[in-house]
Amino acid sequence: MMFDITGKRFLFFLISAVVILIGIISLVVFGLKPGIEFSSGSMLTVSFEQEVAQSELKQELVNLGYPNVIIQRTGEGDFFIRTRELTGEDKTALESALTARFGSATEREFYSVSPMVAEETAHNAAIAVAVAAVGILLYITWAFRRMPKPFHYGICAIIALVHDVLVVLGIFSILGAILGFEINLMFITGVLAVIGYSINNTVVVFDRIRENLRKGISTDFEVVVNSSLVETLSRSLNTSITTIFVVLALLLFVGASIQNFAIVLLIGIVVGTYSSLCIAPTLLIVWQRKEWGRLVQWLPLPKAKGA
Amino acid sequence: MARKNTLVFIIVLLLFAFAVCALIYPMFGRQEMRLGLDLQGGIHMVYQADLSEVEPGTESEAIDGAIAVIKQRIDILGVTEPVIQKQGADRILVELPGVSEAEKAKRLIGQTALLEFREQVEGEGGEMEWVPATATIDGKEKVLTSSYFKENTYVSRDNMGRLLLIFEWNEEGSKLSEQITGRLIGKPLGIFLSGEPLLGEDGQPIAPIVQEKITSRGQIEGLSLGEATELSELLNAGRIPVPLTPIYEQTVSPILGADFIDMSLKAGLIGIILVMLFMIIYYRLPGVLASLALIFYGALVLAIFKLIPVTLTLAGIGGFVLSIGMAVDANVLIFERMKEEFRTGRTLGAAIEAGFNRAWTAIRDSNVTTFIVCGILYWLGSSIVASAPVMGFALTLFIGVAVSMFTAIVVTRTLLRLFVGTPLAKKTQLFSVYSGKK
Repeated sequence: MMFDITGKRFLFFLISAVVILIGIISLVVFGLKPGIEFSSGSMLTVSFEQEVAQSELKQELVNLGYPNVIIQRTGEGDFFIRTRELTGEDKTALESALTARFGSATEREFYSVSPMVAEETAHNAAIAVAVAAVGILLYITWAFRRMPKPFHYGICAIIALVHDVLVVLGIFSILGAILGFEINLMFITGVLAVIGYSINNTVVVFDRIRENLRKGISTDFEVVVNSSLVETLSRSLNTSITTIFVVLALLLFVGASIQNFAIVLLIGIVVGTYSSLCIAPTLLIVWQRKEWGRLVQWLPLPKAKGA
Repeated sequence: MARKNTLVFIIVLLLFAFAVCALIYPMFGRQEMRLGLDLQGGIHMVYQADLSEVEPGTESEAIDGAIAVIKQRIDILGVTEPVIQKQGADRILVELPGVSEAEKAKRLIGQTALLEFREQVEGEGGEMEWVPATATIDGKEKVLTSSYFKENTYVSRDNMGRLLLIFEWNEEGSKLSEQITGRLIGKPLGIFLSGEPLLGEDGQPIAPIVQEKITSRGQIEGLSLGEATELSELLNAGRIPVPLTPIYEQTVSPILGADFIDMSLKAGLIGIILVMLFMIIYYRLPGVLASLALIFYGALVLAIFKLIPVTLTLAGIGGFVLSIGMAVDANVLIFERMKEEFRTGRTLGAAIEAGFNRAWTAIRDSNVTTFIVCGILYWLGSSIVASAPVMGFALTLFIGVAVSMFTAIVVTRTLLRLFVGTPLAKKTQLFSVYSGKK
């Protein structure tokens, strides 16, 4: 046997548990920052001809009556200015005030979402996520219908999926707290794409397990799972590597506008590959061997002491 | 077998030639790739119509009327390919690609463009107040407004060179005007636009003193040339029958759009080169063939985008670039299978066939999830106001993955089969399978 992946399963569970726990703590403490698509508001991207300090710009906007303004500087030296929803008059007044204070400015982009539209968008995005969950469940039921224990395989795939989503949300919550990353429509799109990607990987691995079980390469389930993993390892890694290449290219060359999206994909592909190799198949073994007790062994539970 | 393969190869080559031609030359009336607003710049606005004042049962006509008026107003700007359509029951979507005068466009659309004539009465405190000038026709009291203008308003100059906005009353308007101007001779008649006094070039409100009874034609003096022209065009385009409130707006300057095209082209190109390098280094000859298939893939997908046409947005390009990475997945699955089969002692030809046949179920099953997700995203996109990015991504990813199944299977297999019969096929190190012999 080349690699022993399945033997390290409890290490993998520990790593995942720690990452998810940190993520959940961040989610509870910081939460997620909704973008204007979900919370309404206006976003103005301006570039000034003269050098403008971010702090001065912020002060000016506060003076103009936008105490909750959020300002970010882009890589190209433009400024994102995010405020409550601006009406046409608000915007004209704001622009002339900024021009008066900082000199000539060009509006690069303006984006404005009313509360009604934001509410609708959030509502429909929630439905889409729910429908996606049901769709994926149906798919899993269908894809694993020929597996020896469809229920086991399906549940393990779903746990891996939830794992991926939790890790992505957790990391985004931390990025939101540190770098001000927001949850927008493209984030939701990215998460759904990641779910599809991760399930896809898991299906390939499980497919191989089924094939090897049928061939009867070993009576030991763990050996079967491990060799299936090793056999599909280069495929899983290679596909992820090529996808990571293109996502990195997107992130580095297109930048700010789809940054959230590219980062979700990047994190999601890495986590999805990890979970379909190290979490979903190893959970199958835990289930088959009824090792659930070992998962909570380290907890100071009275039952564990007695065992 | 070999002959059939040659035939498939020729078909593939023809398809490739077709795709390249479609990209370079106009085909089926498509000149260029259709770009979304975020890539070519422009305005995307959604207006909410307030239908509460509209007579029940005629809501749909009111919206259609508003759309017709907006269309005429947009014509003033001379935008190519504007999109003005109903969204849902009470919303209007306006997309103006490539427009750099965002403010003017919004002003034109947002205008109620209703001139109202007012007269002065003495208020309670003794000051003069402007109130709508009314007259009674058939027992109904009606306000004199530009809604009684014929749609032939124009700008002219009198013999002293003064600028005039000339209008003509329709039948009802002329009756109203006759009564009102008849009783206001010697008194001022105020002109209000959207509830504000209409200001002349000198910044003063325009309120001429009525000289005589006006029955058919009238004129407004004192406007600047630009203002008079815009106003006459707006008046001729008609009045928007329902109040509109903007509820969503995205404006991208055309310069920024051009930057995005540049950047995403770079990203796509570098992504494709990295993937090809990786495939060639890792899989050797099959990698080279997969890279050729990838070039074919890129050309075919872009040609499909152009011919359908798919409106390319930044997110759509993201979907396309992502699909490049995923496109080789099918090849990776097949090549890994091929290597395994080769190690078990099959001949190269047999290993190739077995690799393709056995990898098929995994390829099919694994792509189904992506299709499910694309379908849901497309629905999400179509159900919300900010539809372009999500729908664009779903569509391009869907097309990309579907085409990738074709190129990875048909194209790569055909190329590999061509190689089986050649002396190159004897050099197994070209297939990077020697590592399996330990």
